[in-house]
Amino acid sequence: MALRTEELLLNVGPQHPSTHGVFRIIVKLDGEVIKEAIPVMGYLHRGTEKLAENLTYTQIIPYTDRIDYVSAMTNNYVLCHTVEKLMSLEIPERAEYLRLIVMELQRIASHLVWWGTYLLDIGAMSPFLYAFRDREIIINLFNELCGARLTYFYMRVGGVKWDAPEGWIEKVREFIPYMRLKLKEYDELVSGNEIFLARIRGIGQYDAQTAIDYGLSGANLRCTGVKWDLRKDQPYSLYDRFDFDVPVGVNGDCYDRYNVRLAEIHQSLRILEQAIETIPSEGAIMGKVPRIVRPPEGEIYTAIESPRGEIGCYLVSRGKDKPFRLKFRRPSFVNLQILPKLLVGETMTNMITILGAIDIVVGEVDC
Amino acid sequence: MQTYFENPMTLNSFIVMLLVGVIVLMVVLGFVTYAIYFERKILGWMQLRIGPNRVGPFGLLQTVADILKLLLKEDTIPSRADRALFVLAPAIAFVPSFAVIATLPYTSNLYAANLNVGVLYFGALSSITTLGVVLGGWASNNKYSLLGGMRSAAQMISYEVPLILSMVGVILLSGSLNFKEIVDGQSGWFWNWNVFPQIVAFGVFLIASVSELNRTPFDLPEAESELVAGYHVEYSGFRFAFFMLAEYVYVFAMAAITTTLFLGGWHAPFPFLDFVPEIIWFILKFSCVVFFLIWLRGTMPRIRVDQLMGLAWKYLLPIALINIFVTALVKQFL
Repeated sequence: MALRTEELLLNVGPQHPSTHGVFRIIVKLDGEVIKEAIPVMGYLHRGTEKLAENLTYTQIIPYTDRIDYVSAMTNNYVLCHTVEKLMSLEIPERAEYLRLIVMELQRIASHLVWWGTYLLDIGAMSPFLYAFRDREIIINLFNELCGARLTYFYMRVGGVKWDAPEGWIEKVREFIPYMRLKLKEYDELVSGNEIFLARIRGIGQYDAQTAIDYGLSGANLRCTGVKWDLRKDQPYSLYDRFDFDVPVGVNGDCYDRYNVRLAEIHQSLRILEQAIETIPSEGAIMGKVPRIVRPPEGEIYTAIESPRGEIGCYLVSRGKDKPFRLKFRRPSFVNLQILPKLLVGETMTNMITILGAIDIVVGEVDC
Repeated sequence: MQTYFENPMTLNSFIVMLLVGVIVLMVVLGFVTYAIYFERKILGWMQLRIGPNRVGPFGLLQTVADILKLLLKEDTIPSRADRALFVLAPAIAFVPSFAVIATLPYTSNLYAANLNVGVLYFGALSSITTLGVVLGGWASNNKYSLLGGMRSAAQMISYEVPLILSMVGVILLSGSLNFKEIVDGQSGWFWNWNVFPQIVAFGVFLIASVSELNRTPFDLPEAESELVAGYHVEYSGFRFAFFMLAEYVYVFAMAAITTTLFLGGWHAPFPFLDFVPEIIWFILKFSCVVFFLIWLRGTMPRIRVDQLMGLAWKYLLPIALINIFVTALVKQFL
């Protein structure tokens, strides 16, 4: 007699410990094997782009902090950079240096959050707390710089709001060897763990063509071996002055994504090391910007490399002090599109592994 | 104690047995209370945290407060749950865990029942807990708990086999199923402990027992990041406490059995240290095993469910069988 079997419709999220916020997936399960996965987004939608149409450019900057709250500095930068480019503004060198340093620190902090939460997803509790211990140092550095720990509102059109306080650069310099030491510790604790490797090797694999077809960027693209990093390929800020590598993977699985992100921390440390050696010791931190920022009529798209991939900003200006249309290309949102394809045929456990490796921030997915 | 078991039950012996039962229960509850405290404290230290330190001196009363809170909580049963099974499941899970405690010898004089088939009794009773877990997962009428219950059934049944088989090596060596006689066979220097001649069995036993306990890296039935809380998603208040209690009583039982079967029970590692009371040695070894379990939890990620099955059937089982074979040969010809 044949057993009557049924598909199990399981609703994962929006309140689930491993969907990294209020993300929801509806999965159809056959036993523990996923037959179909339907992502549902929008639980954190705040209408940032529409709100921006009624705000002056300076007023929009704190909204960008809240799009990707794990990496607020890069979001600050993408908006300011777009407006500056449309207005053809000159940025003082010290201001640009400070921006670059905080962005690289932010990249490290963001990857640390990812590293910790990813291991939490895989079931290891302690690494999460180690990662947050080290991220705390960066957060404290930011706190000293701009008085905030998560939503910084640090950059302005034309420069940065605050100059680095006395001794701040020294603290960044001390942080670099400390972080290198800790990265070694992470490797010893986690990277060689047999269980961990068995969990992530060969999981969620795709090739370079698929990644490009889906518009993936950041570590999700580089894990397949495509050497594409906007810091190298379309240099913005001062990145063309520094020497760093773009780490890439081979197989395009979760293991490669893990390695690429850890290697990126090493590269960020290298950039930081060079930046604090060459930063001018004094100078203006604000360029010559009119009191009311009024970009000329026109439209522009710029993109920079955020920790999660290509974050872009499309701006249409009608010459007013408020944008006519502002649109963000959010890497988390685009990277997430490959998820339903990757999940088919995987188990529940792998679903968490794959979703975690994409590294989404729901604030950014829903914007 | 033994005389009470051998003679017909009278009112007198009933009262004595009840008292002994209550005392053992108190000891076990005391252990569970402080095992949770130490687990949280040690994990806290491993993870750069402080751990509980607010309730009572050094937070010593934290678990007591937690248990009180669970007692006072509203007892909720999901409206579409199978009420009878839902209520029954925690009891089914807990009772066998407490019953296995009865045969464990702590010193040469301190034990509840000196059972001739102690090892067998442990293996048989501890499997019943699986039933409670599966029932709980099924009766809650929740998909997450159902998945947790299913995983738990698969896991516990798979790991019971290598667990018992790894004990067989020890049983062959000492020629007895009685825990007390097994310990007696390990007296003298520490190299007489079963852990050395039976090092392979010890490895298999340790892995299988961590899995039986549903602890990291084998905590799949309640895998927090996937199944939220697994089979006890819908349980609250004291029913939840019973599941928790069963889990920690098994930690107690498993640590005691590891000590008894492999680590020489109450024997000192060196004969000249025999003047130290037996109970001290037992508690010392026992604590090391418990610490090991907590340590694992602080270090390891979780294994995947299919890998877990593969590990049990493809590796642990053949290794345990070969171990039995080799032990039997050695026993026969040497």
